[in-house]
Amino acid sequence: MSNLYDTIIIGAGHNGLVCANYLAKSGRKVLVLEANEGVGGAAITREFAPEYSVSACAHLLHLLNPKIVSDLALNSHGLKMAAKGLTTLSLSTDGEHLTLDRDSVSGKALLQSDKKVYRDFQNKMRRFARILRKTFMTRPPRLVHKNRKDLMTLASLGLSVRLMGRDDMRELLRIGAINIYDVLQEDFQNEHLKAALGFDAVLGSNLGPRSPNSVLSYLYRLSGQVGENDSAVSQPAGGMGSVTEALKKSAEAAGVEIRTGVAVSRILLDVDKVVGVETSTGENLKSAEVVSNADPKTTFFKLVGARNLETGFSRRVDNIRMQGKAAKLHLALDALPEFTGVSSDQLGNRMIIAPSLTYLEQAFDHSKYGEFSNAPALEITIPSVHDQSLVPAGKHVLSAVVQYAPYDLRTGWESQAEVFKQIAIDKIEEYAPGIKDLISASELLTPVDIESEFKIHGGHWHHGEYTLDQFMMLRPVPGAAQYSTPLSGLFLCGAGSHPGGGVMGLAGKNASAEIINGGKN
Amino acid sequence: MKKYDAIVIGAGHNGLTNAAYLAKSGMDVLVVEKNPWIGGASVSRSLHEGWTYSNCSYVCSLFRPEIYRDLELARHGLQVIPYEGGLTFMQDGDYFGNYSDHERHHRELARHSKRDANAYDRFSADVSRQTRLIRPFLMRTPPDPTSFKPADVMELVHMLKTYWDLGEDILYDTMRFWTMSVGDFLDEYFESDVIKAHMAGSGIIGTALGIYSPGTAYVLLHHYMGDVDGSIGSWGFARGGMGSIAKALAGSFQSFGGEIMTDAGVDKILVKNGETKGVVLENGDEHYADIVVSNLDPKRTFLKIMDENDLPPDVVKKAKNFKIRGSSGKLNISLDGMPTFRGIEKGHELLKADFHFIDSMERMERAYDDWKNGTWSKDPYVDTLIPTQVDPTMAPPGKHMMTVFVQYCPPKVNGEEWTDELRDEFGQTVINQIAEYSPDFKDLILHAEIRTPRELENEVGLTEGNIFQGELTMDQLLFNRPFPGYAQYRGPVKGMYMSGSGTHPGGGVMGAPGVNSAREILSDLSRKNVTPEAFSDE
Repeated sequence: MSNLYDTIIIGAGHNGLVCANYLAKSGRKVLVLEANEGVGGAAITREFAPEYSVSACAHLLHLLNPKIVSDLALNSHGLKMAAKGLTTLSLSTDGEHLTLDRDSVSGKALLQSDKKVYRDFQNKMRRFARILRKTFMTRPPRLVHKNRKDLMTLASLGLSVRLMGRDDMRELLRIGAINIYDVLQEDFQNEHLKAALGFDAVLGSNLGPRSPNSVLSYLYRLSGQVGENDSAVSQPAGGMGSVTEALKKSAEAAGVEIRTGVAVSRILLDVDKVVGVETSTGENLKSAEVVSNADPKTTFFKLVGARNLETGFSRRVDNIRMQGKAAKLHLALDALPEFTGVSSDQLGNRMIIAPSLTYLEQAFDHSKYGEFSNAPALEITIPSVHDQSLVPAGKHVLSAVVQYAPYDLRTGWESQAEVFKQIAIDKIEEYAPGIKDLISASELLTPVDIESEFKIHGGHWHHGEYTLDQFMMLRPVPGAAQYSTPLSGLFLCGAGSHPGGGVMGLAGKNASAEIINGGKN
Repeated sequence: MKKYDAIVIGAGHNGLTNAAYLAKSGMDVLVVEKNPWIGGASVSRSLHEGWTYSNCSYVCSLFRPEIYRDLELARHGLQVIPYEGGLTFMQDGDYFGNYSDHERHHRELARHSKRDANAYDRFSADVSRQTRLIRPFLMRTPPDPTSFKPADVMELVHMLKTYWDLGEDILYDTMRFWTMSVGDFLDEYFESDVIKAHMAGSGIIGTALGIYSPGTAYVLLHHYMGDVDGSIGSWGFARGGMGSIAKALAGSFQSFGGEIMTDAGVDKILVKNGETKGVVLENGDEHYADIVVSNLDPKRTFLKIMDENDLPPDVVKKAKNFKIRGSSGKLNISLDGMPTFRGIEKGHELLKADFHFIDSMERMERAYDDWKNGTWSKDPYVDTLIPTQVDPTMAPPGKHMMTVFVQYCPPKVNGEEWTDELRDEFGQTVINQIAEYSPDFKDLILHAEIRTPRELENEVGLTEGNIFQGELTMDQLLFNRPFPGYAQYRGPVKGMYMSGSGTHPGGGVMGAPGVNSAREILSDLSRKNVTPEAFSDE
């Protein structure tokens, strides 16, 4: 029987759709299967209370690769920004917030020296982020294995590091593998400012500011602010779902077939070769190539099955650290809330609650022992300020990331989700007195909810911690870091692969290039 | 005043090693030491009549065998007695024993977890592979990766090639190992909490990080890469205490004509026209030499005994930012007899090794949280030994000496300086923990010396009492140690060198920084290299 499709992609998250787009453009007949009723994966907009919609998982866009936007003509497929270049306000209960922009920071309590240090620090970190970003655009090189393209990638990476000049190179080699806390202590004075920077280094991760690797995760975040992509933080009109809607339209225009509400129950193998997938309804769909946008543990253990993997490889997959520590809070509000010291025209910005590095570190400490933070750190947005399409006229919606909420809560989440939601709301109330009276509906997604709704094992945004031992050629695991896997015809294209998540789209794009090349160079 | 060829500041083991090699090459060398005794942190002291304490460092493994043989330290009286095994007491009355006999160890592991017993061989093979990899680099000068000098480029290529030659899979494992936390690393092999806790201790000793802080797997390696008589990973006692190492080194140094001056603290390194000229002692005496080697830690070297005006501003800044955080304490205890321990019979061979009272990873991590929050661990990780069971020279017959290393103990308590009351309270915390497992322990105590980072700093001169002269984190290892650009033992002033543990490959009574710095000095002076080559393990 001849195959109806060349390629089947499991999961219509943004990376799956990006990959589908490029593969279809290469002339393949592509089918995308999505278990949920709509496309989008973790980049969706959905209603959480009657008439109130919100970006249910990821809520700000700052890493989406501009090459993908133009290659796939996402703007002509309906992608529009409701707001661009959002400023960050680091809130304070006394109203003395800090305002952080790309190159400048302001705030009453700041010393002139801190402002200068901030500018120099951001410039330096952006120079380092540029190196990181360079690695994002291509498949991670395989070491030792003598592949010309990989050797070129390594040589070019080595060259860019050398070309930074001696001081920068030394500084990068010094701080690249350590924690943001120590780095910030070196130059900055103001505790509030240190915390605002430290917060960005730990957002979405299983790290505290004193955990080594937090410099890397800070650079990861900054990589969205270098090169042609310096618009920093944006909010798509219609929420994050509009990014994936545009990707879907673009894919369909390229001839991709997308079937939603169809879960894949397993990947079909002929010994060590992929021959298609079986859906939960028992339907067998044949194809020579299967690309999984699911996380690596789901892909290898649930869909392939450990018994079809070599022991060493399977052990590596088992060891991937991917337990989420961030929860998501959604509030339906009857009116625009008032945050102490924040004017109403500033409310559309990104607001964070992170008063000091010690506060962050202590919030993190609880999570090490399977407890949630009793004084959490938050990233808050009120997307309805820029985008009334999300809410009934005059009403508002608040969307916040709340950290830390460990996936493996010792008591289990069932009885505790409500408690943690109240803690988060109480924390916001400290900064926005009276907001509680405006809440007409609320929802908290714990990592366990994120796991079940978005089908991410462990509920981790990045499908795996973003740390040096799970970075580049080690991501998600050696043997599958170049998007191909030990099973012939099976590829990965999700955030678990290089360069990771954050609605960047590059994992999908790089994977498609690898598939089109057939691994040859 | 007499002019020497070289002056070495600080008679710690690295200073003495460095001085011995310079003297061996025929140079006229003076070692100046602030204390009335020599040894720095490898010292034996009699603080209670009849007892000898290794009151700082207390066990020996990392000391480079190349030096031991080359300087004929055995002839100068150094004898290392290996001890075997290890023991962790559990809260439920059981214990986990670490036996050196493979079969017996397997049975003990299996008693706690069959799966872990099976994983152990894989674990040992993986760790010893990393150990074998790093050992040859201990006695080599780190290359400067930013330099285009042939020597640096060649060394860098040599280093990369060593790793490249591992093959793809092992190279990836190695990259992961270097960047992981000891907790995550152990989680990949073992399920039993006590087994993990027993092994994780090596990842945090002397380190201001927790077991789940990435980078601590390397610290574990730092404690596994030594050997006693070629038995890699083994530890031993220096007979007569750790001071015997310093004594033997001093004997060797003096046999080459070297001179040691004690009670001679250095006030300043003399610098004229960008070149070192000698030292000024605290008593005002000046001694001259064109080569001045500081064995002090980088902060003391650059911020205390050098004039800021003699240094480039970047060095001053780097020295200020150098991480040398105090995180350990120590108790040295004179005992009226051998204490008994709950759950293990008297005279059990495991009591001759190091024992611990923390049986879970969570307790270890919480011990770190206390330190982060500014106080000593209320349930600390302790590394306890009673060396008098195998070395009777350290206490009167029938009596014992106990050495208790404590992780974590902060340099200040909640931001305030230590007081004697707080110090005693810290000591009580440790004593109480041990007493929970040893009912007669408290009654046997005749004398206890309690050391916090304050005592260690005041006595030895290690800033904040950091036992490694600077943390072993990625920003301070290899070509970053002590600072990028100054990792080849040369200071920023002509004629000035560093030989302490603050340089590659770090502390642990290794002697390697002392040798490596001597080799660089001899090379700069175009003298014949008299330092030994690194041994190959093959």
